[in-house]
Amino acid sequence: MSLGIDEPASADSEPDRPTVIGGSTRFVPGQSNDRVTIVNGKVQLGQRLRDLWRNRDLLILLTRTELKVKYKESVLGYAWSMLNPALVLGIYYMIFKVISRTPQPHFAIWLFCGLIVWNLFNNSAQASTTVVVGKAGIIKKVAFPRELLAMSTVGVAIVLFAIQVVVLVVFLAAFQLTPDWGSLWLLPPALVALLVFTSAVSIFLSAVNVYLRDTQHLTEVALMAWFWLTPIVYPYGQVSSHLAKYHLTWLYLANPIAPIAMTFQRVIYNQTSYVATVAQGNTTHKVTHLLPNVGDGWYLMMIGIVFVVSVALFLLSLIVFGRLEGNFAEEL
Amino acid sequence: MATAIEVRDISKQFRLYSEKQTSLKERIIKGGKMPYTPFWALKDINVDIDQGETFGILGRNGCGKSTLLKCIAGILKPTSGEIRVRGSLAAMLELGAGFQPDLSGRDNIFLNGSLLGLSRAEIAKRYDDIVAFAELEDFIDNQVKFYSSGMYVRLGFAVAVNVEPDVLLVDEVLAVGDASFQRKCMDHVKKFQREGRTILVVSHATDVMRQNCQRVMVMNHGQVITIDEPGEGIRVFLADLLGVGTLEHSESGGIEGNVLAIGAVHADHGGSGERMHLYPGESLTITADLDSLAAVPNAMATIAIHDDRNELVFASDPDDPMCAIEVPEGGGIVRFHFPEVPLLDGTYSVSVGVRSATDTAIFDWKDQVTKFEVANPGRATGRVRLLPDISFRLRGLGHTGEVPAIGAEFAPPPLAGWEESTA
Repeated sequence: MSLGIDEPASADSEPDRPTVIGGSTRFVPGQSNDRVTIVNGKVQLGQRLRDLWRNRDLLILLTRTELKVKYKESVLGYAWSMLNPALVLGIYYMIFKVISRTPQPHFAIWLFCGLIVWNLFNNSAQASTTVVVGKAGIIKKVAFPRELLAMSTVGVAIVLFAIQVVVLVVFLAAFQLTPDWGSLWLLPPALVALLVFTSAVSIFLSAVNVYLRDTQHLTEVALMAWFWLTPIVYPYGQVSSHLAKYHLTWLYLANPIAPIAMTFQRVIYNQTSYVATVAQGNTTHKVTHLLPNVGDGWYLMMIGIVFVVSVALFLLSLIVFGRLEGNFAEEL
Repeated sequence: MATAIEVRDISKQFRLYSEKQTSLKERIIKGGKMPYTPFWALKDINVDIDQGETFGILGRNGCGKSTLLKCIAGILKPTSGEIRVRGSLAAMLELGAGFQPDLSGRDNIFLNGSLLGLSRAEIAKRYDDIVAFAELEDFIDNQVKFYSSGMYVRLGFAVAVNVEPDVLLVDEVLAVGDASFQRKCMDHVKKFQREGRTILVVSHATDVMRQNCQRVMVMNHGQVITIDEPGEGIRVFLADLLGVGTLEHSESGGIEGNVLAIGAVHADHGGSGERMHLYPGESLTITADLDSLAAVPNAMATIAIHDDRNELVFASDPDDPMCAIEVPEGGGIVRFHFPEVPLLDGTYSVSVGVRSATDTAIFDWKDQVTKFEVANPGRATGRVRLLPDISFRLRGLGHTGEVPAIGAEFAPPPLAGWEESTA
């Protein structure tokens, strides 16, 4: 839905092109070339994408609003965005390092690499389920591309992600660890693929929860299972041999978060295996593989696959959203 | 003139579920289908609204007028049909919709303006105007949740009108704020009209419609009843939809044990026979049948008129000797004749009573026993038809004085009325 007014002429606003809220575009000959908005019952994907782009300012404002409201009345405010993952990190560290006594060096950094990826996805997916339902007041009274509400949860997650990255950098400096500078270029494409995937899931969940309120509860459980299906706490190397035995490696890697998390671990943790001294009768050295010992090409390919699949899912979620959106104002 | 809004065969179906069932379990149990009753909120609506026109939609609650407005705004998608809107559009369906109570007025201006389709640069450009219009300079950095409801609505209105849309949709929101703010809002609406913007107003306030609209559309049960000039449209709305044109008679009961009872009461007016309503200034005659068991020599007939808000418009002076009637045994007919009814639009109910002239005894009182309706074909609004004599003269001159060199065309019209009234 475009309500853009007096837009400066730019590449994305062609005055001749009618704006369509779903449905086909037709011209009425002999009339002025003002923008024509057409409302009908159909969904047109191209138009939705154009509207999203045109309203990118709104996305930023919605994100900022969410952030401000989220931490408004809390004493610690933005500190919570660091405190929360820090506590999660602390718990896992306690369990695996202190109780299970994993011999993995710098286990906290390893955890952190996977967790920031997971948190980005998890925060957005979880928040998206309630974002449309919670904004019933606006949806009933104002016309705007409602996908932006779902995408604002991604925006919030990005901001929190950025804060956590800063903390991670501080950690790296403190432990005097260096990432793999040569492979650092893998991170931006990995992040983009993750964002597209997260947006797709968030848009889908936000619309479905309007009709099936179970979605929000189901999502909570599903996300918990998803977390343990992703190599974050444990390394991929620990499951890969078992998976290979049953020819299930492909299934495990079909989880789009897995290759992304592995990329972050590969680049930032910068170690694909470690050697631990294990006391078993005679003292022996045991090599533990954390990540597949492959070149950057493999990671790039995995990211590429995730990206292509995510774009397809994103478009699909826009279509689903467009279908369901028609009755939002009635259902809410 | 081009068309600003084209509405083509718009229909909108709502599903009325007998019970709200939205959980997965319930859906699975019901096999994915939920029983619902289809309800057509809009049925084949067709209307063209010209650019620069102020167009009103009248109708009772639930007639579909707000649904139509939401479809035009793009908030609801029609089940079938198509709407084309030329130019930018802003909808004022609820002022301050989308305000975040936790944010400051400043943040909310940006958020709300953005929701209405402005870019941040555009809002920044209009920011000062918006704050000035809302008269909130001192509170703009306070959280909106601390605003009074008036401030809240003022801010919402200020943002909406400063969007400066080509097409403005308004849903009964003009009656907000205090009197001075209301005037400002109306001024802004007038300014929009002068600038050639299209305004679509939904209301059941006939006064607003009559004063501002070029055409009105009357809706009922999701269908268009008529599209016409405001005077005629409002008349149709009042007569057909509110069902006030028909003159009903309540059955006579009478006060038990009284010698005198009022029977049928009738209203007749200058337009009787050809139309249900009278025009302002026409005559009105109320006749009441009186049944009397005995002669009542000292009776007083009284009459009262209430408007549709049950406010008293007129009650006759009970001690006026004109009201004295002498009723013989068997009764008769008492007639109240108003040679001229100086009322404007509305439905008025008539109450008739007969009381004793000598004491406080009331023989009978028929409360709001009949109705009559006044429909004003002109554009004056209010309750009473006053006919002001309006003239103009320059300051500092007697009204008979010479008009200075500007010319004879400025000569005031004869001021006979002034002289008479001042005499």
